Amino acid sequence: MNESLFINIIIGISIASVPLIFAAIGELLVERSGVLNLGVEGMMIVGALLGFVVMSHTQNPYLAVLSAMLGGMVIASIFAFLTQFLLTNQVATGLALTLFGLGFAAFAGRGYTEETIQLITAVPIPYLSDIPYLGPLLFSFNPLVYLAFFMVYLVWWFLFKTKQGLILRAIGDNHDAAHAIGHNVVRYRVMAILFGGAMAGIGGAFLSLVQVPIWGEGMTAGRGWIALGLVVFASWQPFRIIFGAILFGGITILQIHAQGLNINVSAQYLSMLPYLATIVILVSLRMRLKNKTNRTVPNCLGRIFHSTT
Amino acid sequence: MIRLIPRVENSTAMVLLSPLLALTLTALSAYLIFVFILVDIPVSSVFFTLFVEPLIDSYYFSELLVKAAPLMIIGLGLSIGFRAGIWNIGAEGQYVMGGIAGSAVGLYFYNVEALWLLPLMTVAGILGGMLYAGIAAFLRIRYQVNEILVTLMLTYVAVLFLSAMLQGPLRNPSGFNFPESRIFHDSAMLPIIWEGTRLHIGLIVAIILSLVAWFGIKKHMFGMQIKISGSAPRAAKFAGFDDNKTVWYSLLISGGLAGLAGLFEAAGPAGQLTPGLPQFYGFTAIIVAFLARLHPVGVLFSALLIALSYVGGENVQIEYNLPSSITQIFQGMLLFYFLACDILIKYKVVLFKTKN
Repeated sequence: MNESLFINIIIGISIASVPLIFAAIGELLVERSGVLNLGVEGMMIVGALLGFVVMSHTQNPYLAVLSAMLGGMVIASIFAFLTQFLLTNQVATGLALTLFGLGFAAFAGRGYTEETIQLITAVPIPYLSDIPYLGPLLFSFNPLVYLAFFMVYLVWWFLFKTKQGLILRAIGDNHDAAHAIGHNVVRYRVMAILFGGAMAGIGGAFLSLVQVPIWGEGMTAGRGWIALGLVVFASWQPFRIIFGAILFGGITILQIHAQGLNINVSAQYLSMLPYLATIVILVSLRMRLKNKTNRTVPNCLGRIFHSTT
Repeated sequence: MIRLIPRVENSTAMVLLSPLLALTLTALSAYLIFVFILVDIPVSSVFFTLFVEPLIDSYYFSELLVKAAPLMIIGLGLSIGFRAGIWNIGAEGQYVMGGIAGSAVGLYFYNVEALWLLPLMTVAGILGGMLYAGIAAFLRIRYQVNEILVTLMLTYVAVLFLSAMLQGPLRNPSGFNFPESRIFHDSAMLPIIWEGTRLHIGLIVAIILSLVAWFGIKKHMFGMQIKISGSAPRAAKFAGFDDNKTVWYSLLISGGLAGLAGLFEAAGPAGQLTPGLPQFYGFTAIIVAFLARLHPVGVLFSALLIALSYVGGENVQIEYNLPSSITQIFQGMLLFYFLACDILIKYKVVLFKTKN
């Protein structure tokens, strides 16, 4: 195989998988705290819109990414307020968040569908990127790609190496016990939900700031839902998110290249691949686990917590 | 400080009041949004177009009923599944598959004029939706794969499949390559029940189905089973209810009804299979089911309410050039407020002063 084609494929896969890594690692932390937020798609689309709008007005990529994170947090805070303080059903509230986010983004972004922006481009690291083979492969990516991998590490470190991480996991597994020994269940969960919102926001912004220089209604095209599937696939283990996301990135790139190679299959059938792959992967995970129950599922996932004291 | 105290018994007054409160809050928020975005149009006239005109103008009212019918049918199926704690979120996909399956039958017998054609299409539509939802039921039972994710992923697949069908086997052979099917003959179209409008028999079917479901849930053991499976899964197990049966029934019923709605849309208002078949009804029906508190007859009323926001939203789009996505915002907000207000049923809100 041609060497530059190989590197292009690697870069393509990384760009296709990074939004999923961001969204999934955020949701993973949320679910570890015992909360199921089905609003990832809605938070992503709001992030995609805000990132794009700020970029087109300020041309400042830092501001754009920051506002996408903030946007994701603001809309996640609706979910946090409803589920944590008004004790609403998490499935229903998450769905409402997705519907609301899609509607809001379509409404607020109606003036931007004709615009294009300057994409955030890759920044080769000086000197390191000049190393033959390794340079283009490891040190020539978009800064957000490195950030995604760093966030995975950070979440892993937080969950398994810090005291707060331990408490968060304890809350996810048994909120009543954690509450009884004096931990503030609601505060931890709200923080986790806001973090999940920020990550989904940045994942969405990656779509409109790095993948394509345009904004379009519904441009997240189900990636938020795929991210939710990834969390299950990863069995709630941070590093497995990367593996799963690269798998999906690979399938997406395969689909694009297959279209380029004029393979005699309708484009529609190829476009189905990422969605079908999500299902196949979830099934294969279960086949691997056989009849064992999945012990890594946070015990209190989706359950409502209310303290009377 | 505000504190929530659990009530000993659910408050009956609040069961009735909380939806009204949610509606009021939604209207208030809508008002504020309009004040914010409208520059030279009076808010009251937009409100009139949005919420009143569809009710007093006979054409708009008929369109409201046209839109309410699929929402009723899909929402009814979802409410049954949600009761059992089976989250079929991909009714949109089953709706599309039902539409494709039923239309395919109609197009296969394109030259046939017969009374049996429409019933056959209807059966095909129901089966299409059922089989599609059945995939999720099978995967959940056999591999414990979450039905939320499977039904959703299959929705994206269904929409792509529709597009593939309309560019391939089901495309109108003399349609200048437009991705649309042929227009159905009269015997493949739903009877119109209000002369001069698009209102078809689907509305009557929806009402009958909802009454049947209400009666079934009340009188039949299965109603008990899904209720208990949803609210107390462990008790359901001790009672000897078959978990797998609940999953199958919930998904097959909701899928079949979504498929029926899809066929009705193709053989009713559209009169052909087009890429415009998916209209978000499958997702909006989730809101319909929740607003009805998962009650099979309540679904009829909440579907009317949501249909009002659809028709009103289209009208303000035409008259004031406001984006139709405003409808979705209202629907999302309504569900938010509705879920939030429900806390008043189970909890008492108590205000008290902090000591210090």
